[in-house]
Order: sequence, then structure tokens, then C-alpha cells
Amino acid sequence: MAKFNMRNDKNPMPMQDPILRGKNFSEVALGYTEEQAIDEANRCFNCKNATCVSGCPVNVNIPEFISRVKVNDIEGAYAIISKTSSLPAICGRVCPQETQCEAKCLRGIKGEPVAIGRLERYVADHAKGENAEKEPLNGHKVAVVGSGPSGLTYAGDLIKKGYEVTVFEAFHTEGGVLTYGIPEFRLPKKIVKDEVDKLKALGVKFERNVVIGRTINIDELFEDGYEAVFVGSGAGLPNFMNIPGEALKGVYSANEFLTRSNLMKAYKEDSSTPIMKGGNVIVVGGGNVAMDAARTALRLGADKVTIVYRRSMTELPARKEEVENAIEEGIEFNLLTNPVEILGYKNESDPRDMKNGTVTGVKCIKMELSDPDENGRRRPVAIKGSEFEIPADTVIMAIGTSPNPLIKQTTKGLEVNRWGGIIVNDDGKTSLDGVYAGGDAVTGASTVISAMGAGKIAAKATDEYIKNKQ
Amino acid sequence: MYQIVNKKILNPTVTMMDIKAPLVAKKAQPGQFIILRVDDDGERIPLTVAGYDRLAGTVKIIFQTVGASTYKLSLKNEGDFIPDFVGPLGKPSELEGLKKVLIVGGGVGCAIALPIAQELNKLGAEVTSVIGFRSKDLLILEDEFKACSKNLYVMTDDGSYGVKGNVCAPISDMFADGEKFDKVITIGPLIMMKFVVNAVRPTGIPCEVSMNPVMIDGTGMCGGCRLTLIKNGERVTKFACVDGPDFNGYEIDFDEAMSRGVMYKEFERHAYEDACNLFKGVK
Repeated sequence: MAKFNMRNDKNPMPMQDPILRGKNFSEVALGYTEEQAIDEANRCFNCKNATCVSGCPVNVNIPEFISRVKVNDIEGAYAIISKTSSLPAICGRVCPQETQCEAKCLRGIKGEPVAIGRLERYVADHAKGENAEKEPLNGHKVAVVGSGPSGLTYAGDLIKKGYEVTVFEAFHTEGGVLTYGIPEFRLPKKIVKDEVDKLKALGVKFERNVVIGRTINIDELFEDGYEAVFVGSGAGLPNFMNIPGEALKGVYSANEFLTRSNLMKAYKEDSSTPIMKGGNVIVVGGGNVAMDAARTALRLGADKVTIVYRRSMTELPARKEEVENAIEEGIEFNLLTNPVEILGYKNESDPRDMKNGTVTGVKCIKMELSDPDENGRRRPVAIKGSEFEIPADTVIMAIGTSPNPLIKQTTKGLEVNRWGGIIVNDDGKTSLDGVYAGGDAVTGASTVISAMGAGKIAAKATDEYIKNKQ
Repeated sequence: MYQIVNKKILNPTVTMMDIKAPLVAKKAQPGQFIILRVDDDGERIPLTVAGYDRLAGTVKIIFQTVGASTYKLSLKNEGDFIPDFVGPLGKPSELEGLKKVLIVGGGVGCAIALPIAQELNKLGAEVTSVIGFRSKDLLILEDEFKACSKNLYVMTDDGSYGVKGNVCAPISDMFADGEKFDKVITIGPLIMMKFVVNAVRPTGIPCEVSMNPVMIDGTGMCGGCRLTLIKNGERVTKFACVDGPDFNGYEIDFDEAMSRGVMYKEFERHAYEDACNLFKGVK
């Protein structure tokens, strides 16, 4: 076995050159080589009391899979990860490891933590991933609403336990936010498709073009013989700021902009999907979705992309890695700044001018952070008289979403909180027997891995519920 | 895959199709819409349901060739398949309890107005229909409207059929004669609906419009279909896919909707020309 690696810094991720990658949609992070992976694996202490595992929402047995990487046993490592995670190639890419498993790594005390996420990705990308073992069919049927990360995880866990699983997807392609939201350069769609295909090979049925709540409602699923339903319908309607000018031509929600590019393939040269591109692009917001939208706009050919965020760099909610990537690629940050109005073109002498109603700029105001309140939170406060204008051709609002009202409206007795999120208990159970929920439909916009964690908990609870019912 | 089981060309630019989609046919109601794709990687086209046969499991669509995708759809024939057909989406029109209704349809909007007129007639309401077209060549569904309306007014802009003039003329005449209705429902081009709303406004009769903005998912995710309603002076953002597509006509900011409606006009014109050139070569 290779010698223990005492280096305090982790192996850097090989990346595409920042200037080149700003012009293409290929994946930015290229993945470890075998040598780098083994070298990094050898930094792991293999702690008895593995704190990293408790930092993982799906409790991947991290030290054990890493010890397999040390001896270059990729299939063995994959088998260990697959025991608890259905989507390792995806998690290895988009999980915020720095606040989860890696935040708990003992190597992180003196230096950098072990690059657990990069190792997970390495394993998932290089393993053949023979199909997981599956219990014989148990004669019970469950339905899943939405094929995003929570639904796929739930489906994967229950198919392995012998359930007949059908996933209903409203779109024409499976994957939910993994397909329409996260861009190709961060999560290649081939990887999402591979994970979905693996579930299909295990026997999961996918019914595309079915909107639960419209095409079929939840009561009808029970009438059709499904014994449990998991609602993983994701986040819903995009939020806007309710400032003047948000209906101008050239103002998008991040959902729409990303869906046009990702799901509807506007990023491809010969695409039939229209999207406004080029010129000055302003992205409002500071989360991962804002970073994705900004970097997508850059790749679509914008001259300049600026993130406008009302707090400072420290409060930016996006993953540090994605912010660094964005900065490297040349995305500008206009911090402590808040839009107050979106400005549009108006030709007073010609109401038929096609340019009328298109975005020309954003009027912003400077912000400062208040003294910490009782919760230690510093509120952004507008500085009077500090208004200024930024020229813009496209404005993308990435300031979160509100839960989709469809399932609530069409499911009697399903309780939601005052923001519209579905209320669940610790087992992911809703106010209705046999109905479980998880992911953004419950929490509002959150991460892929927390959605997967919720899918996992609900799958376990569903299994117990159905078995106890007999 | 969803099969086209019946196709009829209603006029040079408007085509009717029955699509086999049993789950959609089982639930569809007047006022709702579907989204379809003509080919893989094609755009998602929202079209309002123009009828349905629950027994046969088919949904009727009537569409105008306005861009590349609708042009490609118009070239499909009976027996052909389209990859995607999802619905029914949006809220159904609220028709219960109405006794006397004025339906105003313009152009291909008449295709959407028809199932509403038929349903009202079935519910026992007295239906008066005003349908308008640019000229006689573009006239559609006259017999169908006749069958479900107590009074029918057919208007053409150029006077080549029916009465010359726009749909507002007979409406204004009816109101001048003191006609009363429980509700006016209007479906057609935005500019027409705007004028109909203005013609109805002085009477205070509730006036509903059916909005058909740019849309992607149709389930309340992308926000592309947003509209502004003006309620008691306040501007409120609504989404046609989940809050509509029917709205109180008095509240809609039509000028904004018209501006947003032409956002991709140039792009669409190019795509349409490309598609026409491509398929002309094939045909």
C-alpha cells in the first residue's frame, strides 16, 4: 500500500482553462487521474469515529470507500457508496461537501480536509457500476411525483427493496432540476441520463409528460393501486422583486433562462430555442442558481456578466468553489447593491418601434450592512441618494422560488406551511396517510443532496409503513 | 408517442388535429391547454384544448401556422406520431351557473372559444357568439358555432363574408339596444381582446379573457408566462399557466402583454423561413 500522505493541502482539481471554458459548455472540472485519486485517498486517516459520515445527509461510509480507492479497487469503492447513495456521479459534482462531510474531516483542522467529493466523483466516473442487488418483487406498488434528486433517490431505494416503482415526470425528459437547472458545464446531462438509465435497468418505470395534480391526481394514484406516493415536485414559481420594469423584454427568471439553455438546449448552435444573449447581462442574486445563470450567460456569448447582490462577499450563499470559478472566468461582482428599477427603451415618436419595451439598464442603490441584530444577522440597508445606473441588455432574477401550488390545490387534506411548503414529520410523512414528500417541495430552494437525504428517509418510512400495514 | 388520428385543414393557415392521448382526454375541460413537441429537441408549444372525446381518448387541437414548429406540425399526417403531449394544464373556465353569455372569438381564437360555447350550450345557457376573421378564406367553425349559439354574428375585416367590420361593432350595437349578459368571454389576438374589454367596460358586465403568453413548462416553474394584473391600482404578477389562462379582462395590462408577446418575433421569423426552405426542398 502506498505511504500515508501527510501533505496539508488537497490535490487540486484539474480544470479547463478559465478563458477557454468561458466560451464552451464542456465540463469545467475534469476529474482526478488515478494517481491523484490514490494520492488524495492516502490523506484519509480512516478514523474509527468517522465524523465525516455524520456530515453526509445520506451517510455514505466515507472512510471505507476511500480505503478501497487507496488500493485502486474502484468497483469495491463504488459498491460501498451505492449502498447508501443512488446518484454518486451527481453528488460528487454538485454536493456542497465543504459544509457537509469535508467540514467534519479531521484533516481540516490543520490543513485542508480530504477531497471527499472529488474522490466520490472519481469512483463514480470510473466504476462500471454493476447493478446493485435487488430483493425479489414484494407485490407492492409505489408512485413518485417528479424525477429530480429526491424522487430518483426514493425510487432507487424502494426498487432495491422489491417494490414496483413508477416515477411521473411533467417534462419530456427525466431528471428535474438536474436536467433543467444545473448547467452542462457543471453536471453533464449524460451523467444524469446514465443514472436514470441505471434505475430503468433495475425496473423503475418512468412516465414522462404526466403532471400530477392535472393529468392524474394523488387520490387517483391510490385508486390505481399505488400504496404510497412520494411528492418530490421541486421548487415552484420564481420570485421577482416587484420593482418596476420586471416585465420588460430581456428580463428572465433564472429558472426560465436556465431551462431555455439546459432543457431546451439553447446552448447548442443549431437549437430552435430562442434566448436573449450577448451584450451586458445582469444577474440579481447570490446563490448557486445565480452563479449558474451568470456562467451560462457568459458561455452563450455575453460581453460582460455582472452579479448584483445586496450583501457582501462574506454573505454570498453560493458554494465558494462556484464563486471562485465564476471570478476566474471573468464574472464581475457588484456587491452591496440592490436593483430598484429595470429601465427599458421607449421611442416616444414611434410606438411601433420593435425595440420598445426592451431592457436598457438597471437602476441600483448602494447598500450597507446594519449592526448585527439579536440573531447576529446584519441586514442590508439602502444608502439614501446613492442610486446609479448599470447598462444592461438582459436581466436575470435569481432570488429564489416559491413552492408550486398545483399539488396542494388538487390534493384534499394535504397541509402546507404559510410559505406553501408541504409539511412533513421526521419520516417525511405528510398530513395524509401513505403520502410522503421531500426536497424543495418541502424545504423551498435547497441542495441536491438534502433532497436526496429526504428521499432516502421517506423511502425507509414508506417501506416500514407498507410492511406494517399488512 | 402520441398518434395523430385525424387531420383536417380548416383554412390555408389553420389545421385541426385529433391526438390520441387518453389520460389528457379523460380530464380536459374547456379553457385548459396542452403542451406538445413536434420532434425531439423541438420547442414546447402550448395550445388551448379545442375539444375532446373521452371515449375515444382523443384531444382536439386547432392551430395556426405561425412559426417553424407549427409549420412542421402542419406537415404531419394522420397516423404520424409526435413525441410529447402533456396536459390538461391551467384552470378550466368557470361556466357553472351562467344563464346568458356573450362569446367573442377572433381568428384562430375561435377554436378555443368553441368548446366554451358548446359547454355553455350544454349547461343550458343562452349563447350569443360573435366571431371575426380578416377575410372569408380564413373563416373557420361557422357551422359549429351556429349549432351552439342562439345568435351568431360573423364579421370580416374586408367584408368578404358576413358583415364588414370588427367584432366590437355588433357588441356595441347590442349594448346600445340594452342587451344584458351574465358574462362576456373573449378569445383572440391581444389587440382584439383589449378592444372588446374596452367595449364591455362601460356596462360593468364581467369580462373574461384567455391569455396565451410565451411559456415553457406550463406547470408553474419557469415564470416566462407572467402577466401583470392591475388590482385597485396595485400591479400584481400572475402566471398564466397556473393562475390562468383565463383572467378578468378589466385587470390585464394588455400593452405589456403585447410587448412581451413579440419578444422572439425576429427569431421566430428566421426559424420559420429556414424550416420552410428546408421542407420545400423535401416536398
